[in-house]
Amino acid sequence: MVGKPRVVLKVLKVVVVVVTKLKNILRKKIAVLFALKLVATFSLLLSTGLSQAAVLGEERLDVLYHSYEGGGMKIDGPAILLRKKATESVVVTAYYYLDSISSASVDVLSTASAYTEERNEGQVGIEYLHDKTIMSLNLRQSDEDDYFAQSISLNVSQDMFGDLTNLSMGFSYGDNEIRRNGDENFVEESEQYRIRAGINQILTRNLTASLSIEAVADEGYLNNPYRTVRYIDNSIPSGVGYQSEIYPATRNSFATKLSASYYLPYRAALFFHFRYFSDSWEIKSNDVELGYRHPIGDTFELELKLRYYQQSEAKFYSDLFPYKNAQNYLARDKELSDFNNLTIGIGATYSLPNSLSFGSSRSEVSLQWDYIDFNYNNFRDPMAEGGVGNESLYGFSANVIRAFYSVYF
Amino acid sequence: MNKYIVKGTLLLALINLTGCASLSIEPWVKPYERQNLADPIMSASRHPIANMHVAHVLDGREAARGAEGTEGGGCGCN
Repeated sequence: MVGKPRVVLKVLKVVVVVVTKLKNILRKKIAVLFALKLVATFSLLLSTGLSQAAVLGEERLDVLYHSYEGGGMKIDGPAILLRKKATESVVVTAYYYLDSISSASVDVLSTASAYTEERNEGQVGIEYLHDKTIMSLNLRQSDEDDYFAQSISLNVSQDMFGDLTNLSMGFSYGDNEIRRNGDENFVEESEQYRIRAGINQILTRNLTASLSIEAVADEGYLNNPYRTVRYIDNSIPSGVGYQSEIYPATRNSFATKLSASYYLPYRAALFFHFRYFSDSWEIKSNDVELGYRHPIGDTFELELKLRYYQQSEAKFYSDLFPYKNAQNYLARDKELSDFNNLTIGIGATYSLPNSLSFGSSRSEVSLQWDYIDFNYNNFRDPMAEGGVGNESLYGFSANVIRAFYSVYF
Repeated sequence: MNKYIVKGTLLLALINLTGCASLSIEPWVKPYERQNLADPIMSASRHPIANMHVAHVLDGREAARGAEGTEGGGCGCN
């Protein structure tokens, strides 16, 4: 009987210690998310014990030329993607991508001069198949004169419930080094954490649907070091002054996407997705896309796409601030403003005859063209007529082209 | 926001830890009834290199990010 209060006291002490430790851990939300991810991943690994294995994707090589032209920017270059089996259960992937950029966009022209630069990106990855589980690891590096980014991604997916359902989870960590050309002393850093989960479900013999969620947390220098905001300054003849943007040092966002694919009775496919996004900068956006793929004979495939995107502006965005240092955070990046865009896309794929393929491998060529129309609702063209703050709203259209060759071996 | 992530992740972890993943649920679409779904034209990743380019183009021009279907990792640019 005497020992009972002591036991209770000990239990209470343990509870207090555990609660205190949990509180400390909970302060680090990302650590918690990461820990949960590890638990989930570990549990997935433990629960793989069924027959009827999942399958790794096809072995293939894709060589692409891409081009983006619009809003005073021209970006083009090549890209290569390779997927090759190392063993029956291991696939290795490699990706190279080059952007050759020539920019004379509206923000560049209003405060600086046109520039050219290159961005090189490389990725290597490995996928491992075990029964119904596919685990993958991907490393990515992107390098340009004033920006160096590295990231690592881990993903796990598993088929279950008679292979009607596929569950997936993933985590990414990225580290960025930001520089400013012409200023060797300028070096800033930022980090990015991503955690995602998804479920893909076969609903009928012609319909599948999937739900994906992803949270992204950024920390560090999130500005563009070149961009400025403008403010009313009646002390100078132009009536407008410029100062550097100031962004918060953190940004947390959450995106949810619902997708569906439907097989039409005459052998064609219909695709739909809706995505909703919100972040701690009070930007909310949604996009909806409808796609259609139609084979013509045995050698041609036609693709059509219609996409609409719209977003609200960040809480610290303004096209024209009333005076210098008007608020703690300042942005005039049009990507943070209230705008919408509409994409119309068309694509075609042609399966090459054996005489034009390598050995017994199958190959095809594809051409895709997207036309995107951007309309800004609170970003004015500073070079337009009308006076400060009364210029016409900005808008532009872009043409995006992808031409690529794919070989399956 | 994060509470939904936590709940979702916990649910997925629970499903696996409790062994639900290995329940022998009778599939209502039998494997031999999935030929339409297995048709390459139904694949959202039919052209993976094109999907990666689309994601990169949008990443640099829209504030939204995440749940694209590709791994992302940011624009990697100023």
